Amino acid sequence: MKQEADKKWELRLYVAGKTPKSVTALSNLKKYCEEHLQGQYRIEVIDLLEQPQLAEGDQILAIPTLVRKVPEPIRKIIGDLSNEEKVLVGLNIRPA
Amino acid sequence: MSKPQKTIIKTPYPTLPKTLTGINGLDEITEGGLPTGRPTLICGEAGCGKTLMSIEFIVRGAVQFNEPGVFVAFEEKSDELAMNVASLGFDLKELQQQNLLKIDHVHIDRSEIEETGEYDLEGLFIRLGYAIDSIGAKRVVLDTLENLFSGLSNQGVLRAEIRRLFTFLKEKGVTAIITGERGDGTSLTRQGLEEYVSDCVILLDHRVINQISTRRLRIIKYRGTVHGTNEYPFLIDEDGISVLPVTSLKMANSVSLERVSTGIAALDDMLGGKGLYRGGSVLVSGTAGTGKTSLAASFANETCNRGEKCVYFAMEESPSQIIRNIRSIGIDLQKHIDSGLLHFNASRPNLYGLEMHLVAMHKCIKKYKPSVVVIDPITNFINIGSVSEVKNMLVRMIDYLQEEQISVMFTALSLNTIVNEQTDEGVSSLVDAWILVRDIEFNGERNRGLYVMKSRGMKHSNQVREFVITDKGLNLIDVYLGPGGVLTGSARQEQMLLEETGAALHSQAIGRKDREILRKRKVLEAKIASLNSEYESVEEELNKVYHEEELKKQILAKSREEITRLRKGEVAYNDKKEGKKEKK
Repeated sequence: MKQEADKKWELRLYVAGKTPKSVTALSNLKKYCEEHLQGQYRIEVIDLLEQPQLAEGDQILAIPTLVRKVPEPIRKIIGDLSNEEKVLVGLNIRPA
Repeated sequence: MSKPQKTIIKTPYPTLPKTLTGINGLDEITEGGLPTGRPTLICGEAGCGKTLMSIEFIVRGAVQFNEPGVFVAFEEKSDELAMNVASLGFDLKELQQQNLLKIDHVHIDRSEIEETGEYDLEGLFIRLGYAIDSIGAKRVVLDTLENLFSGLSNQGVLRAEIRRLFTFLKEKGVTAIITGERGDGTSLTRQGLEEYVSDCVILLDHRVINQISTRRLRIIKYRGTVHGTNEYPFLIDEDGISVLPVTSLKMANSVSLERVSTGIAALDDMLGGKGLYRGGSVLVSGTAGTGKTSLAASFANETCNRGEKCVYFAMEESPSQIIRNIRSIGIDLQKHIDSGLLHFNASRPNLYGLEMHLVAMHKCIKKYKPSVVVIDPITNFINIGSVSEVKNMLVRMIDYLQEEQISVMFTALSLNTIVNEQTDEGVSSLVDAWILVRDIEFNGERNRGLYVMKSRGMKHSNQVREFVITDKGLNLIDVYLGPGGVLTGSARQEQMLLEETGAALHSQAIGRKDREILRKRKVLEAKIASLNSEYESVEEELNKVYHEEELKKQILAKSREEITRLRKGEVAYNDKKEGKKEKK
């Protein structure tokens, strides 16, 4: 276990229902996180069909959108996250 | 076998339902507003008023028609937007609190967004849907979709999603406005997509001609309805947008038989004794300093004296200048301004384009509802447009005023002293009456002559009258038409004096003659009297002879008898015997 007990990475995945894209995105995300950020992350999945009022707060346009809340600055990755390289760079897990 | 008679019920074809925008004039051009439940595209270049028009649509919908609206701003934050339209008197915060308006700022920053793989814009749809449902919105504005393209790179997805968005808006049943920036070349939008999926496309334009900018609006497309196709000028001012459906010239105005006085009794006399027709147009043209403004001011003064409203568009002088100058001829316009009957609207012609002037005048007239309008002068319009453009504008002005039964007086400066059959603006054929004021230069002085060049539908004087401006007002005097031609001013006075002297001499001469006749008659009468007495004496003389003769005869007869008697002795007896004898 690492020194930081609290999660270093707070990720939020916005989806709209169980669409293939959303399902792919979630499974991709989980895979990458397990590989690179084991134990340091927390994923929150928000279904906008159930909570549409949350879309405005994070400026969500596209579905699926992955938002990195922590660490700052906020980064957004849209799409089904199929490109691992781009996701890791986008989340600043791996330097570009 | 015959079929049973069917009763044919004529079902009227459902016409396209429309939503009133509440924007001045736009509803007239679109014949009822934007298509209800369908998306409309407003496109144009930067700064042409797209955002303003769309926000006005939302605000007027909320305020006037109680239809809540959602404004999705891709460009400006809601605070900025509120600030920008506060100058138009729109209080967005208040409307938001009343749940009549929802502003959703959609922020897209390419640097924050990484794209990997497939995505769609369901998030935007959900946001929009949520915003619409939360206040029950009937109107939606998306300003501007363009920003989606700058923020996201997958063109294919975006194009497909925008198509889906339009369908989504239709399904939601909201009347939507989508704004779009004008693309390069001939395409209306950058993506060349929105104009095809919108049911109505309005193009806004901001053109500068001769350093004067005019905003114009044109409806390019409106599915399922007729609409005006021309370019219409529009104005953005403190009341928002006003569009002017200026070319609705149907020439089907009703006319009035009522007459209005011009303020100069003698001029009314020249116009059939009653003045101008209400709702008519009159042009006063003349060279510089002939008193056109004085005539116009007198007309305005008369109108206000009747208790009617008048709007005076001053194009050359400031209101205070006019008031001061007109006071010198004994007309006090200030009291009418104070009583609210007279309204001055002063603006230099160069202030904005012709169309804008027209729009501004319309607005002013609509606001004050005058019965008389004065435009003084129209000449300077020529600086900002060609003759045909100015004429066109004035036609529209006259048409509008006629429709509203407003009398109008134009003044125009004609540049040469030779009477021109055509004024510079070529409006003389449009107006109902044309009064010409001209200089008559004679005998080392200039005087003013006035005549009625034309006056439709009334008996009018063909005389040239002298137009005098005194400190008690304006008046018309008969000009003197002597053997030497038309005399005015001091020459007329002199001639009149001369005539008076002549008349005095004449009457004296006549008196002398009369007296002579009298004397002659007296002489003659005396002569007649003497002749009469002469006649009498002659007559007497003659009578005397006659009497003498008679007397002589009598005496003779008497004496003969006497002699006879003396001879016969027995006068009576003998007489008888003698008589008998004589008989035998």
